[in-house]
Amino acid sequence: MLLIYCPYCEEERSELEFRQAGDAHIARPTNMTEMTDEDFEAFFFLRDNVKGLTFERWRHLNGCGRFFNAARDTVSDKFLTTYKAGLPRPDLSTLRPATEAIVETYEATESDAK
Amino acid sequence: MADLATRTLPLSGFHGGSGAAALSVTAPATRISLRAKPDAVEALSGALGLSLPTKAKTSASANGRHVLWLGPDEWLVIDENEADLMAAVASSGVLHSATDISHRNTAILVRGRGAEVAINGGCPQDLSLAVFPVGACSRTVLAKAEIVLLRTAEDAFRVECWRSFAPYVSGLLNEAAEDAGN
Repeated sequence: MLLIYCPYCEEERSELEFRQAGDAHIARPTNMTEMTDEDFEAFFFLRDNVKGLTFERWRHLNGCGRFFNAARDTVSDKFLTTYKAGLPRPDLSTLRPATEAIVETYEATESDAK
Repeated sequence: MADLATRTLPLSGFHGGSGAAALSVTAPATRISLRAKPDAVEALSGALGLSLPTKAKTSASANGRHVLWLGPDEWLVIDENEADLMAAVASSGVLHSATDISHRNTAILVRGRGAEVAINGGCPQDLSLAVFPVGACSRTVLAKAEIVLLRTAEDAFRVECWRSFAPYVSGLLNEAAEDAGN
């Protein structure tokens, strides 16, 4: 079971308590009535669906109820970090080596077994 | 004489479980869902006679009244003596939002050495005493239903659930309590 760190509850909880809530860091336009249809479509409907690192909103629905942001790898499903809503994107260059080091491969965990 | 509607309690008279984890339904209680900004916490604490916990997963209890931290600005207040909680918080004089949910929720008591095992039958949280000590509380899930857990003693939990989920929650706990042994 995937464990997700909630920055408000300050502990890891089961994925069952969480819901994904779309992309993070999408600025809501202030001049919505003046926008062209194309610009509105781009803001409202179009998302990147990247392979690899993505920033998402998550909600601790069956917990504290709060939305927060997460940096997640869509290939490995690994959460690189989570942070409170409203904070800027964290600097991931400091995080990635640490998370890559704990990937458990057969060679890393079993090859020295006597 | 006018026909007055009589309220039927969910799970009235319910008893179940096993020797390791006994289940019973609690007496009716008043409850409010309380939301407030940090600057109102002190006045609300005074009005309720209990300091509102501001740390995750903690609660405060005295004389049958419990205040449970649910979120950074959200608390569940339960009064087992059916005191008028709405009037109490209204007397605080500060901005807050309170909703009377006395009849929305019902609660099941799980008691016994297998209480943790019974609840873990549907709840993914770590309920060991080191992580979930006496007085700890949390909104979480029990299989497909949302519940609020409060640990009232080392071997006792209060499981708050919505009344429409009560048959599901009690049935599931009953099964899990049997698996917890006798």
